[in-house]
Formats: sequence, C-alpha cells, structure tokens
Amino acid sequence: MVVAGLAGELACGSALVTGTNGKTTTARLLARALHASGLTPVHNTAGSNLMRGLAATLASVAGPAGHLPASRRTIGVFEVDEAVAPHAARAVRPRIVVFTNLFRDQLDRYAELDTVAALWRGMIEELHGATIVLNADDPLIGALPAPPAGRRLLYGIADPAAAGDPSGAADSIWCPRCGNRLEFRAVWFAHLGDYGCPECGYARPPLDFAAVGVRPCGFEGSDLRVRLDEREIAIRLPLPGIYNVSNALAALAGAVALGVPSEVAARALTDATAAFGRAERLTVAGREVAILLVKNPTGADQALRTILAEEATPHLLLALNDRIADGRDVSWIWDVDFERLAARHGPITVTGDRADELALRLKYAGVADGVEVQPDPERAVRRALARGEGRLYILPTYTALLTLHDILARQAGTARFWERREP
Amino acid sequence: MTRAIRIGHLYPDVMNLYGDRGNILALVQRARWRGIQVDVVPISLGDPFRAETVDLLFAGGDQDREQRRVAADLAGPKGDAIRAAIEAGLPALVVCGSYQLFGQRYLPAEGPELPGLGVFDVVTEHPGVNVVRCVGNIVVDWNGSLLVGFENHGGRTYLGPRAAPLGRVVAGYGNNGQDGTEGARYKNAFGTYLHGSLLPKNPRLTDELLRLALQQRGDDPTLAALDDSVEEAARRVAIARARAERHAQRNVGATARPR
Repeated sequence: MVVAGLAGELACGSALVTGTNGKTTTARLLARALHASGLTPVHNTAGSNLMRGLAATLASVAGPAGHLPASRRTIGVFEVDEAVAPHAARAVRPRIVVFTNLFRDQLDRYAELDTVAALWRGMIEELHGATIVLNADDPLIGALPAPPAGRRLLYGIADPAAAGDPSGAADSIWCPRCGNRLEFRAVWFAHLGDYGCPECGYARPPLDFAAVGVRPCGFEGSDLRVRLDEREIAIRLPLPGIYNVSNALAALAGAVALGVPSEVAARALTDATAAFGRAERLTVAGREVAILLVKNPTGADQALRTILAEEATPHLLLALNDRIADGRDVSWIWDVDFERLAARHGPITVTGDRADELALRLKYAGVADGVEVQPDPERAVRRALARGEGRLYILPTYTALLTLHDILARQAGTARFWERREP
Repeated sequence: MTRAIRIGHLYPDVMNLYGDRGNILALVQRARWRGIQVDVVPISLGDPFRAETVDLLFAGGDQDREQRRVAADLAGPKGDAIRAAIEAGLPALVVCGSYQLFGQRYLPAEGPELPGLGVFDVVTEHPGVNVVRCVGNIVVDWNGSLLVGFENHGGRTYLGPRAAPLGRVVAGYGNNGQDGTEGARYKNAFGTYLHGSLLPKNPRLTDELLRLALQQRGDDPTLAALDDSVEEAARRVAIARARAERHAQRNVGATARPR
C-alpha cells in the first residue's frame, strides 16, 4: 500500500493528529516547530485528512522512481479524520499521536461519540511503544489509556481566569468511567475544563503541559505562560480564541515528545500563521476579510464569541453546504448560539447549498434585520463586500470554504492556498 | 386574557442530539409571535413528572449510553404518570431515541433489551453496528401535507397491531426502510425519526402542537397566520435534497430484507 511504503521511508518517523476540532491548526503548528528544529516535515496541508489525502501528500513528495528523497531529516505530520485514524496508524506506525478533543461533528458519518472513543481505544492497543499526547481538559480524551510499553503526555489549561460562560453545546458531561454526571470546577468552553466525578473519583489527570497564564488579546491572539517540568515558558500566540490555546499546547507537547527543545517550539508558535481557513486574514477589493472555518456547534460558538469580542456590529458572510465533507445533516446549526447576534450585528449575507436553512435559523434566533440570502457564492461575495465597511467575517463550512477561497483569491490576486508551500 | 403554554422538556441535558433545541425554539417563537406566553420546564433524570404543570411534552434524541439511563428513569412512577397524562390527551412530540423509548421495547445493538413506556404499540430492534444506518434527508406524507427532516438511526421500528403510523415515507427510510411507514401517532402524542431540526421546517406540525396544547388547557386554540416565506424556502430545498437522494436509497434497500 502506498501510504505504508512511503511512510516507512520517512527517516524520523511520523506524528498523527486526530480529534474533532483543531486538527489542522495543531498539525500546522507542530510542523512549524519541527521545521524550526531543523527537520523537514511532510505534511498534508490542505485539510485532506482521509487515507487518499495522506497518499497524495506522500506521492507528491516522492521522486519519479516512487521513493521519497533520501534524507535523514524527513518526518511525517499527518492530520487524520477521527474514524480514519486507526487505519492511518496501522499504515504509518506513528511515533506519537495527538488527540485534540471529541465533539459531535458530522454525526451522519461517525454515529456517536462513544463509538469513536471505543475505536480509538482499540487503535491505542496497537500503538506499541508510542507516545500519545492527550487533551486532559476533555473527559473522554483524558480517560484514554497509555499504549502498551508507551506513555501518555497530558496538556490542558490551568488558569481559572480563562473560564468562559458554559455554552449550550456541551457534548460529554458524563463520566467516561461510571456514567454519572461530571462536576466542573471550571469550563473553558463546551465540555472542556477542569472536571471530576463525585461518584467514582475520576478527575482530570495531572498536566504535563499546563497553560497557567492566559491573556486573550481579541482577534490578535493570546499571551500564554506554559508550565512544563517545574519551568515556565512564554508564548505570544497570534491565533485568537481559547480553542487555539489548546491547539498550541497540543503542538508544544507533540514537538517536545518528538525531541524538539521546548524553547525552539515556543518560538515557532509565536511566529505562527493561521491554518487554512482557521482565522485566516486577507485583503479583497480594499477590504479586510477574516475567514473562520466552522464545522460544528462548538467551533461556530467560539467563532461568534471571538468576533463579538472584537466588533460592535460584526459584518458577516455565513456559508452552509451539506456535501459529504461538510456532513449532510445540517441540524447542528440549531445548536449554535446565533442568539448571541440578536442584540447587535451588522449586515449578514447567507450563502451555500443550504443558505435558506441558515436564514431560517437566524429568523428563530431573533436575527431578522439585515439578513440577505444569496445562494450563489460568487454573488454572495460581491454583495457582502458591497454591503458594509470595515472587516468582513466569513464563516463557511468546509466545502463552502474551498469555493469561497477560490473566489476571494481570484479577486485578491493571491495564490490559492494549496499552491502555498508550508511552513 | 393572555394565553400561556407550559412546555415540559424531558431530559434536555441528556437527550439533545441533532439540534433538538431547534424544536423547542420553533414552539417558543411561534407562540410568542402570536402573543402567547411560553414557559419551558426542564424535567431531567430524577425529577418527578407532574401532569398538572405541563401542557405539551417534548423529548429528543440521544446516544445509546444515555438511552439506558433514561429507560431506567422512565421505569416506575414517572413513566406511569407520563403514560397516564398522554392517555388523558396531553400533546407530546418525541423524536428518534425518545420515540424508541416511548414504544413497547428497544433491543439495542449491544446489551440487554430496554423496556419502553408503551405509549406507542411499536417495537424497535437494532440490527447491529455492521448493518447500514438509516441516514439521510427524508420526506413524509402526513395527512396530505409533507413533513421534511433528516433521519439518522440504527434501530428499526416495527408497528404492532394497535399502532397507527404518523405518515407514509415519500423519500427516505422511516420506521424501518421496508414497510413505508414513518413514526407513530397515539391520541395527541407524535413519535418520529425526523430531526433536522423538525419543527422549524414544518410550521404546520408546530402549529398543530400549539393548538393541541391550548385545547388541552381549555384556552382558545385559534392561531393567527404568520408569514412563513423563510420556512417555505428552507422546506423547498430540504424536500429537493430528499428526492435527489431517493434513487441511491432504493439501491441500498434492494440488498436489505425483502418486504
């Protein structure tokens, strides 16, 4: 098989990143840190995280004879879809696997959270001698066992000031050991936080990488202090939102697990740019445009929160598709807190295959004024750019992002994202 | 006099998959837009059910893990009180996982059989995790008008001799993908596999539930007409989706058990 053969030629092995949210950003940050330490990451940059995406990434690096260039420094960094992770692990035999979090996402494909967690436990049993890097703030992830002869590295947030309002999109509030309701000392967002079970005593495990100081700086990013082994290092993270603090911790822990000095990794994170569609910014027709990919209620809630912290009356372009890569089931938009926009918003343009469903969601959220439905994305971009001033925020689902990015890149005259070389 | 409705939301913190919140939102907003006051009363695990505090009951979908906890909670006096209230005409909408638990029994993919509330004379069996789930957009003929939603269920539900289906499948799987029925209706209780969310895209059903709730209270059940153009546009797209998927589903059906 292509993936197994070529991955075997990676001199420094591979890292896998999986989970519902934050895969692309985490993998991208990890690749940067590895690059900064002198390695040559081979990395599936475009969010193409199924087996064929891995195969295409490896094949694109291979020479005409079908082999990777001989180098002692190549290392694979692959983000993989939650359900694909076990297959990818069998083919790639990774040195580390990063598990970011588990939210309900595209339930029409993955059935339910417990099913995915069970799949992962089976996968970990086969990861002999590997390190797994776990987001301890997620109760289902913190309960994953170490691989045979391997170890667990845990990361999480330990700054009570970072606690947000408990949002309605909580997925996993039940103890993964005994099934009783968990109690949270602090909630960062959704079901991520510092938790404990009053029945069986399961609690968030001790952190190897702890964000002890988190100072959010709006859309510009956050300042962090991270404690590891008795030391603290500072990171000025240029990615907004508490969810990107988690992603940065994941990348830092992953890089250290692969032998990168923590200071080198921290510096690389400070220089980070947004992953494709994850808080990306560009200038189109003289207007600043910020793109935040949304795939599920939690991600969308976080995006809205970040935007509302930055803007008095945000100007939005929302795009909802229901193709296979988006999830055919659009019911998740009913779990997004669009009610946050009812009090204040600027012009809102909705587009995509299910633009009318989005307009309906906004109507029931009490957001009616200034909503314009433009199912055709080309027209929608034109209208959104013409309808207001200041920064335009675009919140698309995955395939809508691909389409919109193409349209915007044409107008802005920049290279399409997949033509850029990273890092 | 101001009219008011109290909606009992069963297990809002447990049975809340697939945008069930949209169903509550639709009931609340469509009542408020007509000047009807609405209270949503959460009734969770361990909370008693008191029929005199509720005019309309709603329960949503869940995962198997949670379904077991809910089945245990419904066994005993709480379940008896709900069954008696529905027998006395309480309107109710139960979706997906709750619909299964409002039947006679549910046999999950793993573990022992779960007893149901027995409101509907239906039985649900999960044929196992290796059998294809019933997933996709769905359109149902409900007394001559169309209901549209999205279904995603492993369990197959079969109607017993005393059960009446909610409607006939026009496109999609419905109860079991074989007999063309979808959901169940008993008195003023509606069970269905449609989420998506169901009620925002099906204002006629939403209004029917509101009317039944007002009637149950002894209030005037007349509802003023609303501008449903946004609802209609979303419906049209969803119905077109389901019809486009129909061909593919027929092919899947051909490999399943014969009818």
